[in-house]
Amino acid sequence: MAETSVAHAHETHGQGDDPQLWEGAKEPFKASYGKLMMWYFLVSDAFTFAGFLIAYGALRFSMPTWPEPDFVFASFPFVKAHWPLVFVTFMTFVLIFSSVTMVRAVQEGHRENQRGVVFWMFLTILGGATFLGSQAYEWTTLIAAENMTVKQNPFGRHIADGIFLNEDGTEAKKPDGTPDTFHKGESYLLHMHPVRQSDGTMKDEFIQRKMKYTTGAYAGQTGIQELGPKAFGALFFFITGFHGFHVFSGVLFLSIIMINAASGLYAARKNGYEMVEKIGLYWHFVDLVWVFVFLVFYLL
Amino acid sequence: MAQVVTAAETLEDKLTQELGYDDHFHEHHHGDKYQSNFLTTYIFSTDHKIIGRQFLITGIFWAFVGAAMSIVFRLQLGFPEADLAWLKPLLGKWIQVNDAGIGKLDPEFYYSLVTMHGTILVFFVLTAGLSGTFSNILIPLQVGARDMASPLLNAFSYWFFFLAGVVMLLSLFLSTGPFSGGWTAYPPLSALGQASDGSKAGMTMWIVSMSLFVVSALLGGINYITTVLNLRTKGMNMWRMPLTIWAFFITAILGVLSFPVLFSGLLLLIFDRSMGTSFYLSEIVVGGQILDRIGGSPILYQHLFWFLGHPEVYIIILPAMGIVSEVLSVHSRKPIFGYRAMVYSILAIAFLSFIVWAHHMFMSGVNPFISNFFVVFTLIIAVPSAIKVFNWISTVYGSNFRFNSASLFALGFVSMFISGGLTGIFLGNSAIDIQLHDTYFVVAHFHIVMGIAAFFGMFAGIYHWFPKMFGRFMNETLGKIHFWGTLVGAYAIFWPMHYTGMAGVPRRYYSIENFDSFRHFVDLNQFITIAAIVVFFLQVLFIINFFYSVFSGRKLTTKNPWGANTLEWTTPIQPGHGNWPDKIPAVQRWPYDYGKDGEEYMPQYVPLRDGEHDHGH
Repeated sequence: MAETSVAHAHETHGQGDDPQLWEGAKEPFKASYGKLMMWYFLVSDAFTFAGFLIAYGALRFSMPTWPEPDFVFASFPFVKAHWPLVFVTFMTFVLIFSSVTMVRAVQEGHRENQRGVVFWMFLTILGGATFLGSQAYEWTTLIAAENMTVKQNPFGRHIADGIFLNEDGTEAKKPDGTPDTFHKGESYLLHMHPVRQSDGTMKDEFIQRKMKYTTGAYAGQTGIQELGPKAFGALFFFITGFHGFHVFSGVLFLSIIMINAASGLYAARKNGYEMVEKIGLYWHFVDLVWVFVFLVFYLL
Repeated sequence: MAQVVTAAETLEDKLTQELGYDDHFHEHHHGDKYQSNFLTTYIFSTDHKIIGRQFLITGIFWAFVGAAMSIVFRLQLGFPEADLAWLKPLLGKWIQVNDAGIGKLDPEFYYSLVTMHGTILVFFVLTAGLSGTFSNILIPLQVGARDMASPLLNAFSYWFFFLAGVVMLLSLFLSTGPFSGGWTAYPPLSALGQASDGSKAGMTMWIVSMSLFVVSALLGGINYITTVLNLRTKGMNMWRMPLTIWAFFITAILGVLSFPVLFSGLLLLIFDRSMGTSFYLSEIVVGGQILDRIGGSPILYQHLFWFLGHPEVYIIILPAMGIVSEVLSVHSRKPIFGYRAMVYSILAIAFLSFIVWAHHMFMSGVNPFISNFFVVFTLIIAVPSAIKVFNWISTVYGSNFRFNSASLFALGFVSMFISGGLTGIFLGNSAIDIQLHDTYFVVAHFHIVMGIAAFFGMFAGIYHWFPKMFGRFMNETLGKIHFWGTLVGAYAIFWPMHYTGMAGVPRRYYSIENFDSFRHFVDLNQFITIAAIVVFFLQVLFIINFFYSVFSGRKLTTKNPWGANTLEWTTPIQPGHGNWPDKIPAVQRWPYDYGKDGEEYMPQYVPLRDGEHDHGH
């Protein structure tokens, strides 16, 4: 029904110089109602993500320290090496490249080339699935190997220079005999090991060494090596998870639309491959959001 | 539907035939094949007119529930010594009967009632019931569209709202009771189940319900915006839209931009509640036990909440303003005064509504220098608001005013909006807010300016468009009793609260009996409660009038009973799905040509005469 009342909108002249543009019985942006609705949904979704990123900013900048991305995100599958941000660069590249293939799918849709649409959409889905798989690897490493969860974050950073202490309170030495010191801003990852509890059971606990600050306002204070800010873990899993959920839904919808396109459903439709264009808008939006998520968690 | 009218009988038919916009309706639809039985016609309909009425009737149900709750807690406040044992059959264990047989309202449940009253009225009644009803019914009819852009998503919008209501209703029957931490659901009370009984399952259901509600609001809002932008009939440019449509359009934009942020806030809250994160929690002690929750910020929730919460009050009041503008103009038989100023002030209010949210948080410990910013922009809202008020008064001034239920309620809206708006200037000032914050002064302010005023706008709309919705009139005598009683009664309830508030009586308290300084307000509190009960029964009278009139009201005999200019009155008395049986009338002029060139009114489909000034460009 709605399509019918906009039947006059398929006129060919340009929109900018059309004096009748806003006079009714026309689509002012030459965008169908469905495309407009997708745009408005994306605007609202952008506000949801903005809410999260503002929460991120508010919490992060109320903390004295924040883990260093180069230190946290340095693992790579099958390689035991410290490669800062290499893997996430790969993920990001795959996701951005899937936007390029999406553009090609939309273009083939405009050319009404069914095989082209299906081919490029398939590559897009592949890109989305690769991204999701990579994210699964990243999460698994963080949770299972490095013990970061929504409740605890073993990635810390020293807030001042200092020296580690032995259990008896004396200053610790490295195996080569030099003092075991640390410097302001240095990152560390706390490891877990099993500790016998009072009831005889074994439970994993973090190894937190004793230490003493030697410079700055804290000079002379002793304490133990603290866990990093909890909010880092919670925010990381929450926001990348929410984004990953968007990618997952996108892959799902892309698959449905690819099957529809392959079945010839859109070839028979009056508005052609518009569904491909609509899911394309969504897909580009999800990629754009990743740029911001990437910025705040991996670069800043 | 098969026979196409060939002989033009009236001027309207003739003009629609000759100039109307032919969207080839008949080539696509021969009757409505999806609406064959009762279930598909009235329950799972995709027709915007049915969906609008579903929103209205659901809204009336919730208004009744919410108002009844307020009567229960008003009884506690006005008559703390009274025996409430007679409520035991209804409220069960929430009425504690002591050995002497005296029944008392459970204090925890008192807080639940206040919380539910706020949530229900703000979201279910004054958002869904008001904007949902009238946006649905009026947008396609007044812009000249067959239906919403996506009728299916529109139906989903209603059903998500319905589900939200079901979840909220079920939470009333939990053994730990519904949520009791206030409609704003501030953490830590809302984030920790051990904080209070209402914070357990009741809060979980509150979040689920509100999330469903956000989905409903987004589906509706996206539809309303798209319909207004894309589906206007021929000639309906933006400056020829009735002010109702402008109001619904801007309201929908506010909703689409602000509800998602509430959704973000609620999702983080869900994590804090069930996953053990600490987004909103820091250094909490509950019942003497120190919790391992550090690093979060409860103020963060308040920011996210009020970024919705403040636009929300305009989501409530703007549709009422639009309805009042239209109703006052029609019944004054005069053009609305300052049409463009009205539109620009709606836009200004909408813009400002996004940069004033922290005026709800002056006492939350935000930086006083930041408060300055919010004070200034809050007070600037008085400017567009005052423009609107003066324009309504100027519209009515010197007119041949028709006093009927619809127009009286529209006038009542203006009165309430002025009274409540003036106290807003007090509260918008961060220095005065130190004294008035969280007192009955605030209760009086927002109930008058967005509670009663929005209700009056809603009533004006219901009385005015009832003939369009149900093909019958509501009873005028009952309507006038309803109006005068509610007007006087509403002031009787809320005017005294300004005094108690200025004296420092805190809101949300179960009892103020134990404070010597407030003892002299006992009589005033009783007076408020009695007035509230009277007003409650006047609303029951309205509900009776409503349902009686749906089935047995005076029947409509002409299409356009009020002599209005807008397009909804050009549809048949009982329009089918698709609204116009043939062509859609083309729009030739703005909607407010009343009393022009010797004509009492000139509907929008009448072409401009030679040399006539066109207000719509």
